Amino acid sequence: MTVLMGYCDRWSARPGDTVRFMVSCKGAARYDARIVRLKQPSAGPRATPFAPEPVAAPCNGSYSARWQPIPIGSFVAVPTHPRISALASFTVSVRVWPTTPGRGRQALLGTWREDEATGWALVLDESGGPALRIGAGPEAVAEVATGVPLRARRWYRLSAGFDAATGRLFVRQEPLEAGGFDLDRPAERSITTSVRPGGGPAPLLMAAAQAGPTDGPAAWGGIRTTWHFNGRLDRPCLAAAALDPAAVVAIGADTWPAGLAELVVGAWDYSIGIATETVHDRGPHRLHGTTVNLPTRAVPGADWDGSVVDWTRDPSHYGAIHFHDDDLVDACWDTDFTFTVPAELRSGVYAAHLSAGGVEFWIPFFVCPPRGVGRSPVAFLASTATYTAYLNNRGRFASLATELYQGRLLTLDRTDMLLLEHPEMGLSTYDRHSDGSGVAYSSRHRPVINFRPTGRHWNFNLDLFIVDWLEHLGGDYDVITEEQLHEEGLDLLAPYRVVITGSHPEYDSREMLDALEAYLRRGGRLMYMGGNGFYWRIAHHPTRPGVIEVRRAEGGVRAWDAEPGESYHSFTGEYGGLWRRNGRAPQRLAGVGFISQGFDACSYYRRTAAAADARVAWMFEGITAEILGDFGILQGGAAGLEIDAVDPKLGTPPHALVVARSENHSNTYELVAEEVLIPHGSTDATINRDIRADMTFFETPGGGAVWSTGSIAYAGSLSWNGFDNDICRLTTNVLRRFRDPTPFLWPPH
Amino acid sequence: MYLFDKTRLDLAREFKANPYGPHSPDLQYLLHLMRRPSPDRPFHCLVVDEDDERWTLAVMEPGGRRPPTLTNHVFTDLAEAEWYVFKLRWRELAGEDLPID
Repeated sequence: MTVLMGYCDRWSARPGDTVRFMVSCKGAARYDARIVRLKQPSAGPRATPFAPEPVAAPCNGSYSARWQPIPIGSFVAVPTHPRISALASFTVSVRVWPTTPGRGRQALLGTWREDEATGWALVLDESGGPALRIGAGPEAVAEVATGVPLRARRWYRLSAGFDAATGRLFVRQEPLEAGGFDLDRPAERSITTSVRPGGGPAPLLMAAAQAGPTDGPAAWGGIRTTWHFNGRLDRPCLAAAALDPAAVVAIGADTWPAGLAELVVGAWDYSIGIATETVHDRGPHRLHGTTVNLPTRAVPGADWDGSVVDWTRDPSHYGAIHFHDDDLVDACWDTDFTFTVPAELRSGVYAAHLSAGGVEFWIPFFVCPPRGVGRSPVAFLASTATYTAYLNNRGRFASLATELYQGRLLTLDRTDMLLLEHPEMGLSTYDRHSDGSGVAYSSRHRPVINFRPTGRHWNFNLDLFIVDWLEHLGGDYDVITEEQLHEEGLDLLAPYRVVITGSHPEYDSREMLDALEAYLRRGGRLMYMGGNGFYWRIAHHPTRPGVIEVRRAEGGVRAWDAEPGESYHSFTGEYGGLWRRNGRAPQRLAGVGFISQGFDACSYYRRTAAAADARVAWMFEGITAEILGDFGILQGGAAGLEIDAVDPKLGTPPHALVVARSENHSNTYELVAEEVLIPHGSTDATINRDIRADMTFFETPGGGAVWSTGSIAYAGSLSWNGFDNDICRLTTNVLRRFRDPTPFLWPPH
Repeated sequence: MYLFDKTRLDLAREFKANPYGPHSPDLQYLLHLMRRPSPDRPFHCLVVDEDDERWTLAVMEPGGRRPPTLTNHVFTDLAEAEWYVFKLRWRELAGEDLPID
């Protein structure tokens, strides 16, 4: 069977920019690639026929297929150095908080090279206890183990070493938990061996071991890795002598006594440079390393005592890095073909369509106008931050919980299956790592199964219903992206009279919200075309575009919650979680904020008395019905999936008009967690009237305005009946008025 | 505590008539019971074909780390699939077939 997947290096491309495409294919000798413009989603017979528009491009054609593995799993790499290679006697020590002890061999620190059985490594062996292995080839390997398994999620100090003069090989473990009632006791074991560590110069790896060289994709240094560790390491140290337990403790301190200092080879302090991918060596040789595949930083270390919850205030409490065998920041594939955006190519949603052996794969990207230029008064703001947060959402497939809260059977297609067949494609921020810890980082630099015009309608392909509507109106719009919004701020929005969001712009950085607010204050008009927008705070990686961080701190509907002391982003030091908990609830920007979700059936809006207000007379021109949107491609209604309501306490402007309000939602629609402080049972829509989508309008200073649908499903009703429906009419009325430069009155009365 | 009652055929009829909500409270209780996640019990899902027109019933292992195993049951209507799985779950709870087709 043919397997085909790929990704590109940039989602936002301007005229002159070159997009690189990376492809992996097996089961077929060749694959075809063609660039297309996407004007609608693939959504079945009731929707606009799916008809990607071919784009003449030099890269269109047939390519030789090759399989490119994905190097998954995080670690720290310290480049080869004579001080490490020259070691005869040595001691290694590290504080460790394992999360999956006993789940196979896991390397903590060393130069071990598995293909040659050379070097040395402190590991957790198959029993879950520490062991030191040394080797000079397959026939010359020695290992000593305490034989005492570590317990998960407990801190230990491990040390191990080798005395070249005597051949003594030793390993020790010491529990470090204070204030608990654990039965753990220190353990130590040593053997004498004639084996000496051998092999050529090798890098020092932490949380993984070298499997050997590779000609294929490598996350670092042209090597493959194995024995990935799950859990936290803190203060790894390496000394050029066999040390006793007291010296091991001393070498882990901030300063070293005379006689010991000269033995220090490396003393790595993870609390330095937490926002970076650099691992700092405080030792005399400055053997700095780098993190690979973005293990989680800004997590409490062995010295954390709960007195500090913000790592920026006292990083010494945050001396740990949490490694996972399923961390992935970049698949590191070689480029297969490129596409340079021609100057005359219109802004829009595009994709590289790949096909081979009866299967296909889509790699979307956005063609944006030149920087600072608006080729239309209207911009569609693609929710690239939210797309990134959801990439390769595996949790959806994990259990009956999905059916329980969605109220319908889980459905997946052939492309979804790719993720299950190839777990090395990585995780989303809706998932947990294999050790149960939440996934805080997501990257678009890898193949993904849920960023395509086909499949379950969510985020990107659901947003294509909005693109479909804009195309129906003549196609006069630009496409810009949230990634650009974060980088360029107000300058990105300034050329536009109207900015239209996607159906679910859920994730925002401070920079993104600042830009949107500034845009509205200078007369901009915002059409918030979705539900559950502006909800989670995110941070963008300081140097890697397309990599975001989410700390799911207090409150919110969430697939996992941040562990104690882990609510501050590592990338920026900002407090994470809901924007509501950061003083900027969605209601402040859009008038409405997340109130409920349900996925079994969608409902409709009923026009309110406020719809008769002269301020919004233009909105209902040509519309006489009281019921709006009792139809739609997404489960039969315009109001549903995730819905928003006004709340003056959270910032809905006092002059906001709720012009239509949804009703009659099903039992699966329950109040969001942050609205249920004391469990009371009356939380589903059949008995709780707070659950509704509020279609809302308000004016802003400078002649601007905001109109919000408060519903993800809304977009799925636009094209109903060939666009001949009241939802399309109403939305088009809004766009027409918002395009009109005539200022909205301020104050409105 | 809500307990399964195999004499409540009215709930089965309600589900068959309307597999997606709103549902009566008692049917909602029953669906919660049927859909309770378990870390070690396989569960049913649907695999849709390329044209979004046919759904094959499949069985998934918890954890989401392996593709589901396809069965021979193919549906052309999602409501029929929901009803079929409902009957399977009823039989598991009742120890006997649901006496409604």
